[in-house]
Amino acid sequence: MPDAKNSRLLSGREYIGVDKIDGPLIFVRKTHPVGYRELLECVDKNGHVRLGIVLESSTTAVVAQVFEGTSGLTLPGTRVRFSGEPLTLSVSREMLGRVFDGLGRPIDGGPPQRGDVERDINGMAINPTARQYPRDFVQTGISVIDGMNTLIRGQKLPIFSGNGLPHNELAAQIARQAKIRGTATEFAVVFAAMGVKHDVAQFFVRSFEESGVLDNVALFLSLADDPSIERLITPRTALTLAEHLAFTEDMHVLVIMTDMTNYCESLREISTIRGEIPSRKGYPGYLYSDLAELYERSGMIKGRPGSITLLPILTMPNDDISHPVPDLTGYITEGQIVFERDMNGRGIYPPVAGLPSLSRLMKDGIGQGMTREDHPHLASQLFAAYSYVKDVRNLASVIGEEELTPLDHDYLEFGKQFEQRFVSQRKDEDRSIEQTLDLGWEVLRTLPVEELHRVTDEEIEKYYGA
Amino acid sequence: MIDRIIGRIKRVNGPVIEVMGITDAEMFELVRVGEENLIGELIKLEKDSAVIQVYEDTTGIAPHDPVYGAGMPLSVELGPGMIGTIYDGIQRPLEAIRAISDIYIQRGISVPSLDRQKRWHFVPTARAGDTVSGGAVLGTVQETENLQHKILVPPGDEGVLESIVAEGDYTVDEPIGVLKINESKSKELQLMHRWPIRVQRPTRRRLPLEIPLITGQRVIDALFPVAKGGTVSIPGGFGTGKTMTQQAVAKWCDADLIVYIGCGERGNEITDVLAEFPSLIDPRTGRSLMERTILIANTSNMPVSAREASIYTGITIAEYFRDQGCHVAIMADSTSRWAEALRELSGRMEEMPAEEGFPAYLPTKIAEFYERAGSMEALCGQNGSVSIIGAVSPPGGDFSEPVTQHTKRFIRCFWALDRNLANARHYPAISWLDSYSEYLSSMTAWWEQEVGPQWFADRTEIMELLHREIRLQQVVKLVGPDALPDTQRFILEVCTLFKNAFLQQNAFDKIDAYSTVQKQAKMMHIIATYWRRGSEAIKSGATLMKLKKMKVYQDIVKMKFSVPNDDLSGLDKIEARLERAMDQVEALHA
Repeated sequence: MPDAKNSRLLSGREYIGVDKIDGPLIFVRKTHPVGYRELLECVDKNGHVRLGIVLESSTTAVVAQVFEGTSGLTLPGTRVRFSGEPLTLSVSREMLGRVFDGLGRPIDGGPPQRGDVERDINGMAINPTARQYPRDFVQTGISVIDGMNTLIRGQKLPIFSGNGLPHNELAAQIARQAKIRGTATEFAVVFAAMGVKHDVAQFFVRSFEESGVLDNVALFLSLADDPSIERLITPRTALTLAEHLAFTEDMHVLVIMTDMTNYCESLREISTIRGEIPSRKGYPGYLYSDLAELYERSGMIKGRPGSITLLPILTMPNDDISHPVPDLTGYITEGQIVFERDMNGRGIYPPVAGLPSLSRLMKDGIGQGMTREDHPHLASQLFAAYSYVKDVRNLASVIGEEELTPLDHDYLEFGKQFEQRFVSQRKDEDRSIEQTLDLGWEVLRTLPVEELHRVTDEEIEKYYGA
Repeated sequence: MIDRIIGRIKRVNGPVIEVMGITDAEMFELVRVGEENLIGELIKLEKDSAVIQVYEDTTGIAPHDPVYGAGMPLSVELGPGMIGTIYDGIQRPLEAIRAISDIYIQRGISVPSLDRQKRWHFVPTARAGDTVSGGAVLGTVQETENLQHKILVPPGDEGVLESIVAEGDYTVDEPIGVLKINESKSKELQLMHRWPIRVQRPTRRRLPLEIPLITGQRVIDALFPVAKGGTVSIPGGFGTGKTMTQQAVAKWCDADLIVYIGCGERGNEITDVLAEFPSLIDPRTGRSLMERTILIANTSNMPVSAREASIYTGITIAEYFRDQGCHVAIMADSTSRWAEALRELSGRMEEMPAEEGFPAYLPTKIAEFYERAGSMEALCGQNGSVSIIGAVSPPGGDFSEPVTQHTKRFIRCFWALDRNLANARHYPAISWLDSYSEYLSSMTAWWEQEVGPQWFADRTEIMELLHREIRLQQVVKLVGPDALPDTQRFILEVCTLFKNAFLQQNAFDKIDAYSTVQKQAKMMHIIATYWRRGSEAIKSGATLMKLKKMKVYQDIVKMKFSVPNDDLSGLDKIEARLERAMDQVEALHA
């Protein structure tokens, strides 16, 4: 019986023939002791090498998943080599401006990538005592975000969207316009595509090209026609590079990940094939922990200038926010930007739903010295008033607009102005925070001053006007 | 100590490991796995094989790797030095880990829970020759300005104190005395002792719950109070403010000590507490809040099995301080993540699932946890309490899911967070319809003694109005508010006022973040007076508009911000003005 210490020496050994192939999983019996999550190479009969990773290891058999799929593999003709190491990515700053597949191999025809350091793509948990609480306001130039759901550097803020809604446009606009005011900092964008269409990837490439930042972007593409299993690794490779850029190279990194729903579906696929006990809608019970392992890699670290801001995009199946994917995401991320199909239908861009959207880190990044002193109260007042607008609209749809009180009419007008002037803007419109806040006061003027409970008298005097 | 090989690994599946060739291992024994010495706990024994859950990432662990037994169950170290410290789920100090492994938590790090270098000034109170039993006080250590740490005889031990050291400075593991258990056996005593996390610490007896845990949050204290030693569940979908509510309670409640368990939640939330608490001042003691806080942080990306343990680590520490006569409040955020950890481990052990994949023993585990709360007479004769405030994160905000439902069976106070309130940014978003407190009737005596008999009448009247409002709102939804007579519209008006001026509380406002019970009672009385006098006035012919346009109305709306806790004369003035204004209105219609 081989000793554990020898297993590293045995890792070069090659096994010919596997015992079972089921979907993306292979089962190899009678191996030397193989480590959990060890990387393996799987060579098919034509000599083509595919990578895989060990999911379960026991004295009798090893279960592994093969990233590039198992099509064409045969039971006797497949050779398997275990590397003795977990899957690593060799990372460096030179990776900016390049395009990679989901496993981090260049696919742009350029030279092979040689990194400075090898990093385990699973990363490690950041010690909570090493984290720096994010407070720096990021101006995206988009009123509904800056004013109502402020993005903070180092935040993880997902976009909950639906099929056919302009989430890609909004993500691209944020990537283009996002800036910290008064500072010139080195920034980079890491883009991870999981199971999205070719034209979506193209759209982002073109958008980065047009704004002249392509040299600061690294793309990891695992598109719709790539094997679904590769998607499980794509966000991890992308975040591994992001961590290197942020915490070793001191850059501010924006990570865009699209579409997380596809990622979760791949996870469900693997879980089902392994015969695991499902929780809701067939998703594995560890979906929360798995997503948390990704999302929690964002943030800021004490004493390091860099940061990772995470912008995952997910499409809510059937626009259902209580579906496990958006639901669990919302429990992990620091807020969410929720799209509303009805607003999109009325031609409002970005169609950000006022009430369910939220930025949890907003409270510490706005106000005096950060944005403007009236910002917290103004945002609270806009939320409260807009929330009442929804009630009035419901009432109006039952009893008719004519029957409403004069005050309720004011609220209807406020709702209209809020959506069409404050929320709505052009896809290339970059509003400063002052413009956004002034616009907020402007739409508030449709309401009588007695209705403004959440702003102070001084603010009313200064901004609301007589 | 850990060099006894108890078996070798047979199978690795994430954090769950099967071990073969077991000869002498005990249930819940603390183990070390592989060359990297990963910490684990033995959770199942069958013939010569066992199942271990590992509290660290198992990447690279392979079959045939050795498993070492520690010969003792997974325990916490209890003694001076815990206050203000942040631990992971198995009581490893995260600051000390950071000193070793920088920003990431590396595996296999072994750091003692209590600092072995620091010397504490020990003042003995017991004397040599005393007969002492478990839980008795040996002496004291002034740990912080306000907390006198009592050094206890470990529960379960009993005998004659053969010797005890003189007053002086000692480290936690230096001998401070010898306990003679019987003729042949004696035991060395230290400032610290160990206690297994899964075993409840013994007490003399349970006491009735009669004193409220004052949180300074009006909707809680006035409408749904919790007792010292009580159990609360806060369920709510994401973004409804579970964490915000717990943090507010942790900041302002009148417990002596807070154990804050971040169980499977965001790293930044822990960082927020770490950044904010040291600079906040406890209004009762005038000292930093961090001096009464112990943090247990097992964030969502840290190993899932340690998440399962973190709840027990937290409550054992709380019980230890209760045994010294402290009132301890536990914030567990979130118990759903703990239940999910149970589910994940159960799934990997291939146990038969019950509802939604949760193991069938989930209700038993939840009950065991909440039953460790209570107000107790400790073994040392003093009274202490452990209150548990547990957040629940129901998937999709649906309260019918197993964790919420089972939790409801074992708690007595329920603060339901409402999505619609949160969307309107009405915080704390505690619903006044779905929430309840079974402690209310036993708290009334305390309140009446503290703020006068009016309180209960005011509260009952306003609760009734809130329930009438719901029915009226249904009518309004169909026909609009204009169709209602002024007497009923006035109910809507008063409820809106109560929600804005009383229930809503701004956690970021200097004055409003916290309200004393006196301020709460007066505020409630002013609104109740507005209702009583106002409805009289309407009956005698005044219009609703007239009542709403009263100048004092705006004062009432803003009184929570304008009247500070330490000077309530402003509220008396508002009340007097309100009475005068009402007198005038009545005079017009007399």
